[in-house]
Amino acid sequence: MDINLSVNIGKLKICNPIILASGTVGYGEEIAKFLELSKIGAIITKSISLKPRKGNPPQRIVETPSGMLNAIGLANVGLEEFITNKIPLLEKFNSTVICNIAASSIEEYVECTRTLNDFDIIKAFEINVSCPNVREGGLIFGNDLSAVGKITNQVRAATEKTIIIKLSPNNSQISEFAQVVKDEGGDAVSAINTLVGTAFDINTRKPIIKNITGGLSGPAIKPVALAKILEISRKINIPIIGLGGIMNWKDVIEFMIAGASAVQIGTVNFINPFAAYEMIEGIANYCISNSIKNISELTASYQL
Amino acid sequence: MSKIIIENSIVESNERINSNVYLLKVTSPEIASQIGVGQFCNIKVSDTDYPLLRRPLSICDVEDDKLFFLYQVVGVGTEILSRKMKGDRLNILGPLGNGFNIQDDFETAIIVAGGIGIAPFPFLIKKIMNKNIITYVGFKTKADIIDYGLKNCKYSTDDGSLDFKGTCVDLLKSEGKTLNSKCKIFACGPNSMLRNLKEFCSDKNITCEVSLESVMACGFGICQGCAVESKNDDNYKLVCKDGPVFNINEIKI
Repeated sequence: MDINLSVNIGKLKICNPIILASGTVGYGEEIAKFLELSKIGAIITKSISLKPRKGNPPQRIVETPSGMLNAIGLANVGLEEFITNKIPLLEKFNSTVICNIAASSIEEYVECTRTLNDFDIIKAFEINVSCPNVREGGLIFGNDLSAVGKITNQVRAATEKTIIIKLSPNNSQISEFAQVVKDEGGDAVSAINTLVGTAFDINTRKPIIKNITGGLSGPAIKPVALAKILEISRKINIPIIGLGGIMNWKDVIEFMIAGASAVQIGTVNFINPFAAYEMIEGIANYCISNSIKNISELTASYQL
Repeated sequence: MSKIIIENSIVESNERINSNVYLLKVTSPEIASQIGVGQFCNIKVSDTDYPLLRRPLSICDVEDDKLFFLYQVVGVGTEILSRKMKGDRLNILGPLGNGFNIQDDFETAIIVAGGIGIAPFPFLIKKIMNKNIITYVGFKTKADIIDYGLKNCKYSTDDGSLDFKGTCVDLLKSEGKTLNSKCKIFACGPNSMLRNLKEFCSDKNITCEVSLESVMACGFGICQGCAVESKNDDNYKLVCKDGPVFNINEIKI
């Protein structure tokens, strides 16, 4: 049986629904030692900002039960260096590239998008309005409906390419944000970014993470992610890229059933850099066993 | 950089050395054939999501197709590791990072290690047997002392229960008057120890390489969790990818 694993997200067509999440594979260099990136649905770059960011001081991460907290602080090489040194590398990998953009003002989002729009290798933009670890931008935008609307609207004016807005779970009604994205011309949403969390050292009574709080990721957040995706899926007609604690192919199927058109994998890359391959194989076998011709049939196939 | 391998390795032995330090030997032919002095591996201690992350451990020694790791039980991951028995399987990622540079011109290797900081040195010592080697090694107390794989050891204890009372850096300072430019220091231990050592090295103008420890998730540069401040510019370096071995002047400790 011929299985079609390809899926569409806005104008973007990818060869399978497995996408490497932003901030978990840098610009592809290191993960390319394990994966042939052309075989993966897409890779989302580490957030790019106009100027380089050196990131937060250590300690930046801590393991928590079935998860981890991180406060890397959007460390990135900046727009210029990305264009000069990272884009040629990504071109060499022949991968489908989605560029994640982080900014501290609407103008900065627009400037980055407009500049990067000229590069054919970049097929879509993921707009990060939900990083919990930086003061400016990040959650200040992510929890503000009108700011998310304005950003979507302005970025839309700067590019014809697919726009994905990465939503925060750190609010009560994620579907309202998805509605605003749709109304303002966004093509898709990715859900969810990390959940704000912290951990203390009981001897020093200090937070373990220097930034005090960090973003919780890993299997610990999977049920939250599924519920948020389901909420969006039931209320708003917009493609969803699901993420949050996906560890194996069964999780991928579960996310698609809950409403995701494609998924992103993040934390699992740190532990098993071959995870993407294993998932592609696993979902193909699932489709064969269940006589599913097109994997996209699974999206929002929940029986409530 | 050599290829990074993921290997399902088989535990040969996991011997308790003292109250909370163990020596793990695993058969891991592919990694064993590639790994160099001062590099490390990232080990998955459980098949489940708890604990989620791998545990980074310095390579302690290599014999044929066997990897040796000397580790201290400090938390849930190393506690689970300490219960592994002969025949158990461990998923190991390695070799990782940049190790010690033993090609440059030195006649005497001064090894300075605090506590479990001795871990990377048995392999190093094996590779530099043609040099003079003096090892300054410090522990909290006499009962903690381990000399596994070390050579020509001088001991210090914080409480003075054996030999010199103080840290291994204090001991080095007390004896180090004869050090010269033909000496090179290799060090590993707590940051407070490395700070003192840094001062000493710059006073004496001696080259020193340190192996740093850090919390990390991936071990190969993608999580950016193991940042350490760089001395030369305003940026961070990554312990996993730029280190774990650094020239002591490259970094802020």
